[in-house]
Amino acid sequence: MKYNAGKYDIAVIGAGHAGCEAALASARMGMKTLLFSISLEAVANMPCNPHIGGSSKGHLVREIDCLGGEMGKNIDKTYTQLRMLNTSKGPAVYSLRAQADRKQYQSEMKHTLEKQENLFLKQAEIVDFTVENGKIKSLETNIGAIYEVDSIIVATGTYLKGKIFIGETSFESGPDGVFPANKLSEALKREGVELIRFKTGTPARINKNSIDFSKMEIQEGDKNPEAFSFDDEIDPNVEQLPCYLTYTNEKTHDIIRKNLHRSPLYGGEITGTGPRYCPSIEDKVVRFADKERHQIFVEPIGRNTNEMYIQGMSSSLPEDVQIAMYRTIPGLENAEFTRPAYAIEYDCINPSDLKLSLEYKKIDGLFFAGQTNGTSGYEEAACQGLIAGINASLKLKGKEPLILDRSQAYIGVLIDDIVTKGTNEPYRMMTSRAEYRLLLRQDNADIRLLEIGHSVGLVSDERYERFIYKRNKIEEEIKRVRNKTIKPTKEVNQFLVENNSSEISTGVKLADLVKRSELTYEILSKIDEDRPILEEQVQKEVGIELKYEGYIKLQAEQVEKFKKLEEKKLPQNINYEDIKGLRLEARQKLNKIRPNSVGQASRISGVSPADISVLLIYLETLKK
Amino acid sequence: METIAAISTATGNGGIGIIRMSGKNCFEILEKIFRTSKNNKLNIEKIKGYTIQYGYIINNETNEIIDEVLVSFFKNPKSYTRENMCEINSHGGMVVEKRILEQCLKNGAILAEPGEFTKRAFLNGRIDLSQAESIIDIINSKTEKEAKASINQLQGYLSENISSIRHELLDIMADIEASIDYPEYDIEEVTNKKAMTLLENVKNELEQLRESFNTGKILKDGIKTAIIGRPNAGKSSLLNTILKEERAIVSDIEGTTRDTIEEFVTIKGIPLKLVDTAGIRNTQDKIEGIGVEKALKVADDADLILAIFDNTKELNEEDIKILDLIKNKNSIILLNKIDLENSKLEKEVRISNLGKDIVKISAKNRDGIEELYKEIEKMFNIKEIDIDNGKLITNIRHKNQIECGIKSIIEAINAINLSLPIDIISIYIKQTLEDLGKITGENVTEDIISEIFSKFCLGK
Repeated sequence: MKYNAGKYDIAVIGAGHAGCEAALASARMGMKTLLFSISLEAVANMPCNPHIGGSSKGHLVREIDCLGGEMGKNIDKTYTQLRMLNTSKGPAVYSLRAQADRKQYQSEMKHTLEKQENLFLKQAEIVDFTVENGKIKSLETNIGAIYEVDSIIVATGTYLKGKIFIGETSFESGPDGVFPANKLSEALKREGVELIRFKTGTPARINKNSIDFSKMEIQEGDKNPEAFSFDDEIDPNVEQLPCYLTYTNEKTHDIIRKNLHRSPLYGGEITGTGPRYCPSIEDKVVRFADKERHQIFVEPIGRNTNEMYIQGMSSSLPEDVQIAMYRTIPGLENAEFTRPAYAIEYDCINPSDLKLSLEYKKIDGLFFAGQTNGTSGYEEAACQGLIAGINASLKLKGKEPLILDRSQAYIGVLIDDIVTKGTNEPYRMMTSRAEYRLLLRQDNADIRLLEIGHSVGLVSDERYERFIYKRNKIEEEIKRVRNKTIKPTKEVNQFLVENNSSEISTGVKLADLVKRSELTYEILSKIDEDRPILEEQVQKEVGIELKYEGYIKLQAEQVEKFKKLEEKKLPQNINYEDIKGLRLEARQKLNKIRPNSVGQASRISGVSPADISVLLIYLETLKK
Repeated sequence: METIAAISTATGNGGIGIIRMSGKNCFEILEKIFRTSKNNKLNIEKIKGYTIQYGYIINNETNEIIDEVLVSFFKNPKSYTRENMCEINSHGGMVVEKRILEQCLKNGAILAEPGEFTKRAFLNGRIDLSQAESIIDIINSKTEKEAKASINQLQGYLSENISSIRHELLDIMADIEASIDYPEYDIEEVTNKKAMTLLENVKNELEQLRESFNTGKILKDGIKTAIIGRPNAGKSSLLNTILKEERAIVSDIEGTTRDTIEEFVTIKGIPLKLVDTAGIRNTQDKIEGIGVEKALKVADDADLILAIFDNTKELNEEDIKILDLIKNKNSIILLNKIDLENSKLEKEVRISNLGKDIVKISAKNRDGIEELYKEIEKMFNIKEIDIDNGKLITNIRHKNQIECGIKSIIEAINAINLSLPIDIISIYIKQTLEDLGKITGENVTEDIISEIFSKFCLGK
């Protein structure tokens, strides 16, 4: 029996990392929000690796936090280890990474959802939805509840027609033994949404009683770790759990080679496209045949569990083969499996069917976010959820969507990439995808984005004021250092010599000394007697801004150029077929992607510089 | 708007050529490169529209006169583009036109895109809507033409070089980026020293490539070609065969060519300045010694080296020195005396490993000389360039991109010298790739990412 379950503003389907952010943003922006999950035990689950952050993903988490999202705060409460990576490789690529206590992360997030005003968390599978006059009207659960809604955010992750493969065995399933969502795909197809098939995989979990850690290298967390949220402080007394490193060897590879015929990947049963950057161990052995060993990281899943995650050993081979090959690895000779490795195949959409706001082009009020958009990774999912939640809310408020561009945030790069170019494998964020990464640092995420977070209503006035205070401090201090002259006194030159720097014979600006490669803003405090007492975050920011000033400025100039074409907006109602002079391929692509600006158009593959000239001329004719 | 410049006269070697400039700095740029007949500078203040000035275009770095010209001035808004414009009427011929255009570009103009003058005329309201469509047609047809020319160009020498340079850069980028994006994996970190060696190499290669664009110089002076080889390898015989006359002394006694000899010759339309050198050898003989030193020097600044080896003898120390010398040079390896039995070098890995073109000849019997000519033709691709302006423009565009690439690589090298962190260095390496990518039209980010995953084994 169907029944009418009431009217809401926005419904979010799926309570993974994208869904949680989407629902929180929407509820916090005043929308009456539903959040559905097939199982409430699966809220904010980490079905794969138990860590958050890392290169470029750490950037995403800080950006999420500064826009008023939850991921950063949630991991700050539930980490088991924190490390700042890449500290020797330059300010643009410092990356914070946390090991998470998975269960605690989930229950913390679930509780945050439960406490949130306007947010209604429900256990149900969504099986259908209706569209009226091109607009979202309602959705329906598996037990017949019909909710009337204005917007839907689909964040179904790997659940849509999820199918798990372990060797010769395969079965319909979501991750971690949760039911898959089998019916929603049909409804989406009926409404004209094109679905594609992607795959990913995860390694086995092993009981740590059965692991001999003495044969592995230990990897500890940082002594004085930073938090993800600029608002949080890390208690240095919280115990951090170590990770371990070990390696595969020829014996492992032999077992894999001998059993390749039993892998569904090589047998042809799996048709979905897997990512290049998450190859299964059998992929690695086949593709890098001459590599004698591969790194294996052993990571704890939480504080109150013995389960360890074995990064580097994702596989779709049968369980008996898995056990045999895991046991060839030093330290894992007696490994006891708690869960086997598996590959999972799922339905996702073609992200180039979306607008930059993450709304589906052809159905008003239908948004998509996360892995279902063809991305991979918790952080990638979370940031899309946040943006979809914000934009679904802004739309109902009659406001313009929030679109971050490539010079503002990694989030902007990610969304622009998938929407403009589409993706033929699960998309992972990487620092090399960002053109202006010297500007998109993780240390200045607040300077880039907090104002935006505040203006959409997700960052409180109180936090915003703290930020303004911090930003003023940074600006004042940079100004002071630029104006301050250091005189060539005996003490100064002695200090310089001690630090392997050359002496000065006339007065030199302090800012110029900071730029010397052997010196830092921090070290120079010794000859900078009127330096004010400043918070650590302020000091770090001042140091980076001054040291890399010239390079930062150069990228800022490139951004100016980039913006010129971004600011030339293309009306959404253009029929590109009518523009004479566009090449056929360009017409088709432009009609499909419907870019927001000439800049976005120029990034579509198949649109040439000559086509861009034609568009510019066309825009001028529109003005006249 | 930025100032644009282009050669606007039609294809081929006409009697007169016109180079056009348009944009806000048009007169300032002209001021730098124009001298009146009395060697005075142009007075920008006094320029009047619809007037013509007689004078010279000079290379303002060397003060060398490039051509005698007439310049017509058009002042904003009374010009085709409604911007300040000038048209430089030079003597025809693509070499002169190209050199004038290069001066404009060097002093701040940018190369006009296809149809850009007309596009500006439209954008500035000079021509009306009904004409807009025809502009689009012009842009398309010109683009197509250039694209075709570009493809032709790219099939030769340039493309091979650019793609090998790009590959070197992608390789190191993959190392750097993989170590950044996967910090926990044991990827060998790129040391500054390693990066420096590679970048210096790339810089040299790009500079050589840039030089190869100096077709003007080449057409005027000929391609400076050094024939080197150990004594009695057959240098003079080769020279004679090419010249078809006995000019150098040929004998069987080692060391009879005492000094270098220069000869001009045109092979398949390519002008070569052939230089025969004394055999490279360690010698106590003073007169011979002078010859050897000079030979090494000549070889060092040659545009092309023909390295000749005696196929009937094993490689000796001198041969190895020669192989070393030509490693990073435009060179062709010749195995001489194939008419004689007793081949020693055909399977020599030290030769084949260099990756240079190898031609087997008998200088005496003229065997293999045609193959040699073909190699030279392929290498310099000069016939192509000579044919029409479309290709010439493509050529300038490519050269500009290579110049940009050189600037970026110098920035990367500077960043290493300043001990800046690897992420800043990689920004400039990436920029170099972008610059070169504009020639070959490849997507740099995607290429880097593919390279990372084809090279390293990463992930869960």
